[in-house]
Amino acid sequence: MMSESKNNITRRHFLKDGFWGGCLAGLGGLAGFLVGKLKKTNTVWQIDPYTCIACGNCATYCVLEESAVKCVHAFAVCGYCKICFGFFGPEPVEINEGAENQLCPSGAITRTFVEEPYYEYTIDESLCNGCGKCVKGCNTFGNGALFLQVRHDRCLNCNECSIAAACPSQAFKRVPADEPYLLKEAGHS
Amino acid sequence: MMRFDNIIIGMALSLTLCGGISGAERFPPPDFVETDHVIPSPTVPGPRQDIYEYLDAVVLLAALGLSSYLVLRKRSRRAIFALMVFSLLYFGFWRKGCVCSVGAIQNIVLSIFDRDYAVPITVAMFFLLPLVFALFFGRVFCAAVCPLGAVQDLVLLRAVSVPNWLESALRLFAYVYLAAAVLFAATGSAFVICRYDPFVAFFRLSGNLNILIISACLLVISVFIGRPYCRFICPYGVLLRQLSRLSKWRVTITPDECIQCRLCEDSCPFGAIRKPTTDWPTTEYVRSKKRLAVLILLLPVLMFLCGWASSGLKTVTSRMHATVRLAERIYLEETGKVEDTTDASLAFRGTGQEPKELYEEASNIRAEFGLGGWFSGGFVGLMIGLKLIAVSVWRKRTDYEAGRAGCLACGRCFKYCPKEHARLKKLKETMGKS
Repeated sequence: MMSESKNNITRRHFLKDGFWGGCLAGLGGLAGFLVGKLKKTNTVWQIDPYTCIACGNCATYCVLEESAVKCVHAFAVCGYCKICFGFFGPEPVEINEGAENQLCPSGAITRTFVEEPYYEYTIDESLCNGCGKCVKGCNTFGNGALFLQVRHDRCLNCNECSIAAACPSQAFKRVPADEPYLLKEAGHS
Repeated sequence: MMRFDNIIIGMALSLTLCGGISGAERFPPPDFVETDHVIPSPTVPGPRQDIYEYLDAVVLLAALGLSSYLVLRKRSRRAIFALMVFSLLYFGFWRKGCVCSVGAIQNIVLSIFDRDYAVPITVAMFFLLPLVFALFFGRVFCAAVCPLGAVQDLVLLRAVSVPNWLESALRLFAYVYLAAAVLFAATGSAFVICRYDPFVAFFRLSGNLNILIISACLLVISVFIGRPYCRFICPYGVLLRQLSRLSKWRVTITPDECIQCRLCEDSCPFGAIRKPTTDWPTTEYVRSKKRLAVLILLLPVLMFLCGWASSGLKTVTSRMHATVRLAERIYLEETGKVEDTTDASLAFRGTGQEPKELYEEASNIRAEFGLGGWFSGGFVGLMIGLKLIAVSVWRKRTDYEAGRAGCLACGRCFKYCPKEHARLKKLKETMGKS
């Protein structure tokens, strides 16, 4: 086919080959441009905990039945409060672990006594649904040690994250896959 | 009980005075002097490893190569079908459909317009490889590699032919979709192709209910109309069509001589086989030439009109961008037109940014939409104009041929062609003897 067109160059063939070469060069140019700013590692979605307002969209907008966003506890930031506003509801009947006193709708937070007057709070991730109620409580009255994060063992890394599209504070970011978490650390204002 | 209430009220009062939603270190972390309690650190389960992403790109390359071989050399529908099933399982159900070549358009566009956004290497490969293969071998990606095409092809049982004019008219949607997707990606508003992708939700068997319903409807339609998404909606298909027109090698129904039996035409569920043409009637000659001249002159007018219309819609289209939506909301709240607040407006007020800055940002984005609208609308106008011109040009064709742009290289026609059937049988026999 090639040799035929070489022996008998018509205007049509010439134009076609020209376009073909142009397209190939265009794709090559695009590839070159992309190589210039290429990233070796993939990117993943993550929530900036300092921008997040814990609105609750994470629990409902994820394409997964059970959201990939879960609450994470930065123990180093936690005050180990006896009366934790991420644990107790606004009007607890009594200050104990009774379900009626808890803020978490799925009972995912357990509290264990450490020493007077400190309690440690741990999150059972298999129960957490990422609603952010505890995050809001801890942010408003406490140290803000509870915050929401995309858990990468669950996240499907959609090209467009549907929670990011619904996030009212635009807290979702693409971060490099080798540093996939934006954790809160002690000493950050 | 009473005491606890007092504590809450006291705390609430003192802390709401401090304000701020992000929560400062109000209670210093304890030292645990009595017990040697070790403060644990949160777990950080990692994402899918990069090596798997590279593996995906390698599998894509291998699948494209194999698909080209099967379509152009082996010429076996059965083998193409097997590869298609593999692609559906691997790229569809195993990888959960993300990232795909169709959606990668948006990442590439965003990386061109957004200086800070860099494309991961696998996404670049997913975008570029099928296009390069289309330049050499035609739409072999559509044939057996794309999981979206595969799922529709599998359920295609009773193909109904779509008249030519309707096919062209419906395809217009794909051009509009591509133009819109590029516009929204370039302005950093949204990835609409991914948001409204009908089959990714199906591959995951979870997702937005509306999308799952659309997915189910499209699959039911696919039983009767061959690959409706590929033909009328797919924005990546628009690119592949154009490149496949120029491809070096392409699907031939048979390498032998065509005996004009018309069987292949019936075999193609996508209406991609072109009939032989009769001679150009001399009575039509002058009229067609005039018509062509008018259409060529009309082309820039069409481009201008579509560009103007699309640019004029900037107030509507720019609402796709979150900042514009927020600015409009804040404006309503500031001017007292609405009483209540939304999560977004509360979050904005939490940042302490001035509404004026937000308005300015929004108006900049609107201007971008205005400018981008000229280009995206112009592109749609160009495609309409070129289609009208292509319809008016008399092409000479002596045999039945697979259409250069529309052929999805599925290989159905090979088996239907009696000449090809005989040739392949003969080939098999000689292979068996030797």
